[in-house]
Amino acid sequence: MSFSAILMLVVTTILANNVVLSQFLGICSFLGVSQKTDTASGMGGALTFVLTLASFVCGVLYHLILVPFHLEYLKTIVFILIVAALVQFVEMFLKKYMHSLYEALGIYLPLITTNCAVLGVALLNVQKDYNIIVGTIYGLATAIGYWIAIVIMAYLREKMTDNNIPRPFKGFPIVMVTAALMSIAFFGFAGLK
Amino acid sequence: MSTRNPGIMIDPARQKKRFDLSRYIHLKKDTAPERIVNGIYFENPVFMLALGMCPTLATTTSVTNAVGMGLSTTAILMLSNLFISLLRRIIPERMRMPSYIVIIASFVTIVDFLMQGFTPAMYESLGVYIPLIVVNCIIMGRAEAYAGKHGPLGSLADGFGMGIGFTGALILVASVRELLGNGTLAGFRVMPASYEPINIFVLAPGAFLVLAVFVAIMNRLHIGAARRDDWDPTGKFVCGDCRSCPRVAGCGGKPAADAAVNLHGGRG
Repeated sequence: MSFSAILMLVVTTILANNVVLSQFLGICSFLGVSQKTDTASGMGGALTFVLTLASFVCGVLYHLILVPFHLEYLKTIVFILIVAALVQFVEMFLKKYMHSLYEALGIYLPLITTNCAVLGVALLNVQKDYNIIVGTIYGLATAIGYWIAIVIMAYLREKMTDNNIPRPFKGFPIVMVTAALMSIAFFGFAGLK
Repeated sequence: MSTRNPGIMIDPARQKKRFDLSRYIHLKKDTAPERIVNGIYFENPVFMLALGMCPTLATTTSVTNAVGMGLSTTAILMLSNLFISLLRRIIPERMRMPSYIVIIASFVTIVDFLMQGFTPAMYESLGVYIPLIVVNCIIMGRAEAYAGKHGPLGSLADGFGMGIGFTGALILVASVRELLGNGTLAGFRVMPASYEPINIFVLAPGAFLVLAVFVAIMNRLHIGAARRDDWDPTGKFVCGDCRSCPRVAGCGGKPAADAAVNLHGGRG
């Protein structure tokens, strides 16, 4: 892949093909952890770190171990275990060496294991035949797209708290309506493709 | 009336107007029929628990896709529930999460291959969402909340009920989206030829919008029930033990300010 193609991939992944708003990956934490801007940003940062690392490690394992030994069919099991183990390691590392960051991320770190964006990117890298480097860049771009989306959503939700929302729409439904409007707005970037 | 706390007591005359199916259906707890009805209605994974949001939004562009996704999830849910229930005395407490993940991932891999072999068109259109059933919170949630603690027959029925509830919810959302966005239902033209399809419904924003309206309708039916059970006098939502709660993602282990957020904290 040439440099311009990779740049194009990064821009379209962040904006036009946003992981949350057009591919529906990581919806869970996008809806669950977007009450406040700072926690949303913490989640975005933690996910960026884990997702980039996970797509690199999964890429290495897939191309250097699974493919040479013809074990491609094990990829779902291997990837989910790698993600779970990686999150555990990152948690232990942060607890020991970067305690302030560990406390700031709190409960969000273990929750990344069940974030479908992480496993989704690892599987998409295989499906789209990306090599290790492009796969890692794709993972990073996806995570940045998630970060942008969740921070915008948290900001909107903070603004919404004082509004008079019809009772049945309180909580989850109004967040979905907001996500729908954000998704329409992100369609504007489709021209970039 | 003045001695009553408005936080927990609701005027019974008003409450009667609310729709509440539990008044009409009485089943013995933890029996197979009760589990199935529970999964389809009382704890419907999509509308009541807000679990499994990713496939609900992503695979409801057509009724055919919704049925394929729903049934494959049902099969995996039943099998994983059955096996986890059978192995519940063997799996050590501390190793249960990794064990559950491996059991679920194995079944997902099997279903993935079966679909690739027998329904290649469906496999193509569902794409990456088939292997992503591994991280569908409904399956992990049921393993943790039910199958790990109950017998195999009840767990199988629980998996079946939850799976059918999930499939039903997907079909409902998909019918609205396909009908308005494409003018068809499961591929057959339903709307008159003069109908101009509203494309946005099959695109991403339509998914969010349709699901929002469905959950709002469910909320409207159940606001009374939610307030009766889940509010304490201080107005805080009490959901009990956060360690066993599948929705801990929504509240972060802390009681949230409004019940609706916690009731539909969203995870999956």
